[in-house]
Amino acid sequence: MKPGHGEVLLAEGDRRVREEEERLVEEFRRQLDEGMWAAVPTTHPGSGRREAQLIRAYGDIPEGADRVIFFPRASGG
Amino acid sequence: MLLALLALALVALTLAAPMVVRELSRRRELRRAAKGRDGLDLPLYDPGRERRAEQRARELLRSCVNAEEWAMYRDLGFIRVAGKHARRDADRGGRGPAYAYLIYAHKPIVAYVPQSGQLLSEYCVEFPDMSGGRHRLPASDDVLAKWMALTSDEDRVIRRANMHLVGRQLDPARIRRDLWRLAEWERRRQRRRQVASSE
Repeated sequence: MKPGHGEVLLAEGDRRVREEEERLVEEFRRQLDEGMWAAVPTTHPGSGRREAQLIRAYGDIPEGADRVIFFPRASGG
Repeated sequence: MLLALLALALVALTLAAPMVVRELSRRRELRRAAKGRDGLDLPLYDPGRERRAEQRARELLRSCVNAEEWAMYRDLGFIRVAGKHARRDADRGGRGPAYAYLIYAHKPIVAYVPQSGQLLSEYCVEFPDMSGGRHRLPASDDVLAKWMALTSDEDRVIRRANMHLVGRQLDPARIRRDLWRLAEWERRRQRRRQVASSE
């Protein structure tokens, strides 16, 4: 999510393909270095409720996740 | 005599030619510059950009939250998120969460007690433009960012927020009216579900 623009596709690729995963990792790190937060929308296994899982490292991305959403980190308004 | 005049005119014309050419090219440059100032060379303001960004943001929000939360946002303009902590043992395992949040677009998050409707506090949170600009997220992206921050790491976002008593930025009467609208909305949905299941 980019202020003034909304949703912007940063990178896409197949994690199983090494070159594509390298590109994804690079973009993931770049976003975190810029101070963005990353999250993956998931479904809570118990209640079935939708929630987000905060991703702090590329390895934290759940296996079946089809996207990671980056958004500016929250600050006091 | 005539021949001499013609020769003189020819000489004058030859001498004046560079000046005429210079003057013509100067005027051409001026015309081109004026054309640029009319806006043709400037980046055009796109009045639909924000609308399209908001449409994309709504689709993204819809794809992330559950059907009830999406319907709540679509119909009421805010989303309720349950708080994850229990203040007392009596709050645990009850009928619902001990407290909940109302997420508005570009407004503070409001914490309240669902059982009593008591308003607890408002948390001012924003998602600044990390590129140094002064743009804001589209409204639905702001709601989604709050939703993701609250549902993934409630403590972190609440720690970062500026907490105030309700009434600093939001009108308490308006929030109570929103809670009443929410209750009515849930009653209507419940009724519709009952009718659908009885048919």
